[in-house]
Parts: sequence; C-alpha cells; structure tokens
Amino acid sequence: MNRWIEKQRHLIDFTANSLARRKARSLGLLVVYTLLVFVLASVSLYTHALRNEATRVLAGTPEIVLQRLIAGRHDLIPPGYMDSVGRLRGVQKIEGRLWGYYYDSVMKANYTFMVPTDRTVADGEIIVGPALERSRGLAAGNGISFRSYSGELHTFIITEVLPHESELVSADLVLMSEADFRRFFTYPEGQYTDIALWVANPREVRNVGLKLMEKLPDSRPILREEVLRTYASIFDWREGMMLALLSAAILAFGIFAWEKAAGLSAEEKREIGILKAIGWETGDVIAMKFWEGLLISLLAFLLGYVAAYIHVFHGNFALLQPVLKGWAVLYPSFSLTPKIDGLQVATLFLFTVLPYTAATLVPIWSAATTDPDTVMRG
Amino acid sequence: MIFQPAIIALLLAAGLSLVMLAAASPFALQVLRHWDLGSGSERQLRLERMTYLFSMLVALVCGLQLLATLLFVFNADKMSVMFVGAMCAVGALNANEYGFPALYAQLVLFFVATSWLAVNRLDNSARDYPLIRVKYVLLLTYVPLAALVLWLQFNYFIRLEADVITSCCGSMFSEEADTVASEVSAMAPRDAMILFYAVMSAAILLAAWHWKSATRGIWSGLAVGASAIGAFFAGLMGVVAFVSLYIYEHPNHHCPFCILKPEYDYQGYALYVPLFTAAAAGLAAGVLTLFARRPSLAALAPRASARLAGIAALGFALFLAVASFMVLNSNLILLD
Repeated sequence: MNRWIEKQRHLIDFTANSLARRKARSLGLLVVYTLLVFVLASVSLYTHALRNEATRVLAGTPEIVLQRLIAGRHDLIPPGYMDSVGRLRGVQKIEGRLWGYYYDSVMKANYTFMVPTDRTVADGEIIVGPALERSRGLAAGNGISFRSYSGELHTFIITEVLPHESELVSADLVLMSEADFRRFFTYPEGQYTDIALWVANPREVRNVGLKLMEKLPDSRPILREEVLRTYASIFDWREGMMLALLSAAILAFGIFAWEKAAGLSAEEKREIGILKAIGWETGDVIAMKFWEGLLISLLAFLLGYVAAYIHVFHGNFALLQPVLKGWAVLYPSFSLTPKIDGLQVATLFLFTVLPYTAATLVPIWSAATTDPDTVMRG
Repeated sequence: MIFQPAIIALLLAAGLSLVMLAAASPFALQVLRHWDLGSGSERQLRLERMTYLFSMLVALVCGLQLLATLLFVFNADKMSVMFVGAMCAVGALNANEYGFPALYAQLVLFFVATSWLAVNRLDNSARDYPLIRVKYVLLLTYVPLAALVLWLQFNYFIRLEADVITSCCGSMFSEEADTVASEVSAMAPRDAMILFYAVMSAAILLAAWHWKSATRGIWSGLAVGASAIGAFFAGLMGVVAFVSLYIYEHPNHHCPFCILKPEYDYQGYALYVPLFTAAAAGLAAGVLTLFARRPSLAALAPRASARLAGIAALGFALFLAVASFMVLNSNLILLD
C-alpha cells in the first residue's frame, strides 16, 4: 500500500512539473474550464439562494389563505362570511385581511396598499417600503398624495420607512389604517379581501383546508406549503432550463478538451516516447495523464466555484441576473444569504468534470499506447 | 419535472454510461472470439492495445455509477418537498411505480461496478491478462443492466408531477395517495436485534478469519462473499427495524432515509458509508477467490481477496460500532 502511494506521489510530482513546463497550453484549458464551472456554479448557487430566501420569507406567513371566487375570479369576502367559517378544530387564529394594488402613473409602478393587522397606523398616516422611499425620494415626515380611482386626491404623512432587511417582501408596500383604506378605495364596509388562517399543527393544515372547502364551496384555500412547492419548482425549472441551454456550452467544452488532449505537440510525443523507452509502462503513462486531468479539473472546479461564490454573494449576480430573477418596476434590492448545498456541488461536478473526463479518454489512450520507436524515429 | 439540474445530471450519467458500454461491446465480442495471448498476429497486438482503452472506459463508468448512486438517493430526499404527503425520500420514490425499482437497479449496478473494478485491478496486477475473458463477459452483462437503469430512471423522472398550484380554478388538493406513505414496515425490535447482531458478528468473524488465516481457501472466500450479502441486508433491516427508532427517538418512525437529513445531523452517512464499503469489499473478496486456481493468479488472487476481506471486516465492525453507539446514546427505551 505504501509503495503504491509513493508511486502515485512521484507521478503527481512529475505531472505537476510537466504542466508547469507547458504553461501557456495548460493555462488556456484552465481558463476555459474555470469559466464553464463559473457560469454553471453561478446559476446553481443563485437559484439555491433564491429558493432559500423564498422559504425564509414564507415561514412567517399564515398556513392557509382563503379566497372567495365568483365565476372563477377572486371576489371580496362579504360580511358574515367569516362567521360562517366558525370554529374549526386546530385553527389558532382567523383574520380578515384588507389589501389591494394601486397603480402610480408617476412611477409607472404598482404599489401594494395594505392594512396591517399586527400594528396600528393612525388615520392620515402611512408607512412605506424601502423601494418607494428610493424611487420617489421620500423620507419619514414627508407628505405624499395619491389620486384614488374615484378621482379624488388623498394626502398622507409618512411616519416611517420599513427596514431594509425585509425588503424582499416589503419593497412596494404602503401600510395605512383601515378607515383610510376603505375611504381611498371606496371599499364596501364590512368586506375583506381575503381571510388568513393560522394552524398550529402542520399535519392538520390539509384537513382544515378540506373542511373549509366543504363548508364554503365558493372558496379556494391556498396552503403555504403549496406556495412553497410552487416557488421551489419554478426556481428548479428555471435553473434546469438555464442548464439545458448551457448544455451547448458543455458540449463545446467537451470538443475543446478533446482537441486539446488529442493535439499532442511533437515535444509531448517525444516525451512519452522517451518515458516508455526508459521503462514506463502504458499503465504508468495513463496514470500520469489521469493525474494531469484530475489536477486541472480540481483546480478549475475550485477556482470557478470560488469565483461564482463571489459573483453571486458579493457581486449581486450581476452577469446573469435578468434571466433568473424575474422583472418588476419596483424590484426589491436584496442580498442573499450565502449557502452551499452538497447535492448542488455533486450535480455541478457531474456536469463539468464528467464531460471533460469522457472527452479526454480516447486521446489519453492513444497518447499512452504510442510506440516509443515510431515517435523517436519520426 | 425533467428540467431539474440533479435529474438532468443523473440521466446524463446513466445515458453516458450506456453509450460508453455499448461502444465497448463490439470490442468485447472481438476479445471473446479472437483473444490469444500466444499469437503475435497484428489483430492480437491491436486487441492488447485496445484493452487499455476499454478498461479505462469501464473503470470510468463504474466510478460514475458510485457517484450516481449517492446522487440518486440525495436527490430523492431533496425532491420530497414537491409531493403532497411525502416527508423524505421514501415518499418521493413512491410518487410513481418506477421509483423503488430504479433505486434497486441502481444499487445492483453499484455492486456490479465495484466487483468489476476489483476484478480489473486483479487482472492488471498479473502479467498475462488471465481474467480478460471474464472481464469482458461481465462487461456484456453490464450493458443490459445499464440500459435497464436508464429506462427505469427516465420513466421515473418523466412521470413525476410536482403538486403545485394550478393557474386559476382553485388550489390543487391532490388526494394523498396511499402509496406516498413515508413509513416502512419493519419486524419487531427484539427479533431484529438478535438477527442483526448475530449476522453482523458472523460476517465480521468470517471476514477477519479469511483476512488473517494462512490457508485462505476458496470456500472461506466464497463464505465471505455470501456473508457480506447477508450482512448487507441484515444491516439495512437493522437500520429500518430499530437503529432508526433510536436515532429519531420515536417508537414508530422506521424511515431509512430521514437519517440522512440535516435534522438528524447526517448520521445516516456514518452508517451507510461503512456498510456499503464493507458489503462491496466482501462481495469482491468472494468473487476474486473464484480465480485462485489460475496459475498466474495463484498467489495474487488470495492476497487481493484477503485484503478486501480485511476492508469488509473493518467496515462491518465500524458499522456495528456506530449503530450500537447510536442505540446506547439514545434517550429512547425500546426494550425493558
């Protein structure tokens, strides 16, 4: 065993030296390889971070949101509807929510107006999200007017800007009092936009949902786990699409690696010829080439992955952002929590190292089986 | 759901393996038909030269299968969030009827791959390619198995539908199908423990004896191989029947996959890595003793077999120690 290790150690040593001697050639391959890992790793790190962010954000939301439908369209919750839900076993809290969208023609953007249930806002005052603060240059204490859908102008005083940490969910948010909300939208008294239900036991959520559907056939309960699942599969799908598109790049890289490995220079051929002449076996040459591939692969993988990590978590994923993030006028600016996932690293490894290894197999073999005699004579 | 990175990677691995093996099979047939070490003909020289390429190729495929097996289980666990009622890999694998067959086929492929690698190593260490025919017969049987794995995995993944919200007409309440159960039935803990410790100790003793004994007969080698298979199943049975209960500290949760999750500190890897290594080594030890009668392998085969048996003995012992530690360290009291 020790002899085997010793032998491999010498082979690695020899390979590293020979790579260093052919700097330009090795560097070209390394750069292309690193670039490929970088792009693929950026995509996977970013989608994984987005998925985590979605999970984190949704963790605080109610387990079930109940909407009422008329002819398949979302409708308001009429007075007395909530009472008919009544007491359901397992439901901790049930609340009517008031929210809606407002189109601001100045910014050409949609805001979300909402009445908070966990805090009170005085009449005539509002609390705004960070994106609104940025785009309209607002600060606490300023006044702002919105023209309501009935044509009247309503003026509000901003008392507070929501913290930046929650920007992913609060970027375009405007919080106001219930009276203001109803006045602004001429919202019918006693009606709500939808109903939120909190369920303590996760195993009960589906049962509560089924009971709601039974009691209120015109309603549609949306479960938090369904929302989570939908987000997860959207992000996975986007990542998968990106990878499928990038498969052309992987293929091109495979061809490039093949070419690189197949086009042995006369000097390299001579080197292999001499090695074999002084007693190396075909197996030894293959082992040397194997170490060469492994060293380049590991180095490229490491460099590419680290560069991708910096790109995603410190460079805001600047190069590929529009493809994966989606689009909005008031897009929240947020920083992602760095996270590395074993499954993703393994997947990435398969996507990059495997094509390289497969592509260099035949060239390695043909180099290793060259006759010393033909090489040195030619 | 085919457009998921890990799924694409798995299908890529399975597809590439099949392509490479299929490319190697005409050569395998040639070797079986025309190989003659005594001859100095051009064809024989060409075959000898080509055999390096195909050994390398199959070694790559085998290595790939080891990685793919890990990725398959890992991925099944990650996908479980996509299905209503699925809590871990069992639920995801139960999402359609191809899931578990795909896993089993992948595991069989894993053990065939490790055995092939062992045979290849032994063959390379001898001067006169004594096992070349065996290797290529094995390769030819490997091809349909690789095709089966690809077919099962493709069918499994293409039929997966994530339970997501449909666009407009009401949220989807896909009924929790009976099949997507996250529980695995198991035997009574006391019987399982007796069987588990008996079979594991027998396997360890046999492997250790084969490792250290001077004779290293064919029969003891075969016994190590057979006991490795037995110990592998006994180990899995033990994990399902009682080790998992002690890890979860819950008298009814038998899942062999949840122990791989971060919630349980990835303890499953500490169990499965030694178990799989030991089983693969023990199986290979058994396979290699079959060749001890060949003249050029008379010394080499028993030595390689003994070394593998040593790995198997250590692996099973480690597995047993880790499992026992988990049981003793747990707060659950299952037996009075």
